[in-house]
Amino acid sequence: MTIIDRDTEQQQAAPAAAPSVYANPGTAGAVMSFKPRYDNYIGGEYVPPANGQYFQNPTPITGQIFTEVARGTAADVDRAVEAGWKAFETWGKTSVAERAVILNKIADRMEANLELLAVAETWENGKPVRETLAADIPLAIDHFRYFAGCIRAQEGGISELDNDTVAYHFHEPLGVVGQIIPWNFPILMAVWKLAPALAAGNCIVLKPAEQTPASIHVWLQLIEDLLPAGVLNIVNGFGIEAGAPLASHPKIRKIAFTGETTTGRLIMQYASENLIPVTLELGGKSPNVFFADVADEKDSFYDKALEGFTFFALNQGEVCTCPSRALVQRSIYDGFVADGLERVKKVKQGNPLDVSTMIGAQASNDQLEKILSYMDIGKQEGAKLLIGGERADLGGELSGGFYVQPTVFEGQNSMRIFQEEIFGPVLALTSFDDYDDAISLANDTLYGLGAGVWSRSGSQLYRAGRAIQAGRVWSNTYHQYPAHAAFGGYKQSGIGRENHRMMLDHYQQTKNLLVSYADGPMGFF
Amino acid sequence: MSESPAEGAPALSRVDVTGAAADMLRHLAATYGQLMFHQSGGCCDGSSPMCYPVGMFRVGASDILIGTLHVDGMYPVEVYMSRSQFEYWKYTFLTIDLVDGRGSGFSIEAPEGKRFMIRSRLLDDSELEAFGLATHGGVTA
Repeated sequence: MTIIDRDTEQQQAAPAAAPSVYANPGTAGAVMSFKPRYDNYIGGEYVPPANGQYFQNPTPITGQIFTEVARGTAADVDRAVEAGWKAFETWGKTSVAERAVILNKIADRMEANLELLAVAETWENGKPVRETLAADIPLAIDHFRYFAGCIRAQEGGISELDNDTVAYHFHEPLGVVGQIIPWNFPILMAVWKLAPALAAGNCIVLKPAEQTPASIHVWLQLIEDLLPAGVLNIVNGFGIEAGAPLASHPKIRKIAFTGETTTGRLIMQYASENLIPVTLELGGKSPNVFFADVADEKDSFYDKALEGFTFFALNQGEVCTCPSRALVQRSIYDGFVADGLERVKKVKQGNPLDVSTMIGAQASNDQLEKILSYMDIGKQEGAKLLIGGERADLGGELSGGFYVQPTVFEGQNSMRIFQEEIFGPVLALTSFDDYDDAISLANDTLYGLGAGVWSRSGSQLYRAGRAIQAGRVWSNTYHQYPAHAAFGGYKQSGIGRENHRMMLDHYQQTKNLLVSYADGPMGFF
Repeated sequence: MSESPAEGAPALSRVDVTGAAADMLRHLAATYGQLMFHQSGGCCDGSSPMCYPVGMFRVGASDILIGTLHVDGMYPVEVYMSRSQFEYWKYTFLTIDLVDGRGSGFSIEAPEGKRFMIRSRLLDDSELEAFGLATHGGVTA
């Protein structure tokens, strides 16, 4: 797959004779099984939730309940924050070398358990195991290694202000930070936040999404012995009962959230009460722009562009940067769209544990219902349905799962399906006349997280990429997520960045020592 | 109150609530008191109506009150949306429904195993007229 780099592709080759269909977790021949129950993880041990309650967790693959998870509340969050501060007394003073070694060991442990983690993530979220094996887990592994390297290489600063005066700048950890994780990439999105925070020397209270609360515990149990008690605490539960108490907790020093705009605003509101920094990743409605010269030849590049068109279906469209608006230049529109639809027809939908499956289940029933409601409004608004448009019933035990056909609507950019994040495999397609028209349409959105531009002309590619108001513009590619490239939003898509060394800034304080080496007084008094 | 809390939507309403959603609102009000909605946009659980106790979410100048729900036995439930988002939504009538599900940011129904959800229809000609949108282009009514 193109979403991984060469190094991770080599890692992927590791399991010899991998099965073509993985057995359901917990059944004969399965590579992993979930525990029947997961408690909160606080201070280095699993502890029952303060109120004794649990909630049931279904797999979107079949709709069946497979485990139950602690329904944490404010009392559990308090306990976790306290455990974090206790651990910070020593963790915050560890050397960068010690922390980097731990991050690398976590990566090694994950690599040795790639299939186990991939199957757990697929069962939890519904995404194809092909993606978890080749993208989610390898990217998460690489993320730990990347930040292990970054923290070793990071330097402070020394400024010689005059002959006797020096300013030293040191990086210091913030303390205990809160992190609220989305459900679309439960392990990878957790690692995006965990790796830089740990590398920088912070302790963490993490709340997984209530739709996908379990796979992070499968991961944790693999690496638990590598982290000192209290450095990472996980409180499961619902947003209102556990997420809000975490985001508003007076003793956290930073809150990071990936989700939607209303909750993002609420989290900023809490952060303003406590005067703490906040990073927000709030999604988008990413344009994918295909200029006419893409079709100059029917060559390998054209084939690549057709794959780019079809990338709206990756991860069932449940990606903040889903290229959910395709803008195709009018002069090639008919031919390119026809070829694109042929490619969409080849997207294989099926059991997510089958390695040949390309599109799996939506993560939850409410997600499925929301996608169907958007298909309905798309039709009402007069958008033309070109392919798909319905729930998919895959038969057998999969009938209870949440499957949607890859869907393409043709319409105008003012329609709601062009403006709102559906978070499903639904593409809104329209045409443009020229460069200015393309940029105008691309930027006619409230959001600015991702974008794609496709052209054989380097200058056109460059100009368009700079003109589109989005934090990440994939140019002649899409859906690559290397650790060393900054990711984050313009406009209503959020504040701050993830990935890249600059992410360390979001988890560090700057300490300035201003030192005078002069022997005598300044002379004022 | 100029609008009457009668059964059936007031003449100029662009929001409504299904029976199942109204039942859930009454249930939640017993615990949380007076309620409101803010329509979300963006990622994950976005594009969904978030239900909060009044006072939990600070509505500001960037928001617009798009309607008020009148549910028997409850204080009126105000429904807000950001003004920028409303520009794209203003041609649609919104009905807040309830489906099985989970997870919705901090929306208070999530622990019940239910999720509020928007169902939409285009405003008809008389409604467009009433809202001053009749001559506006951009939709196929």
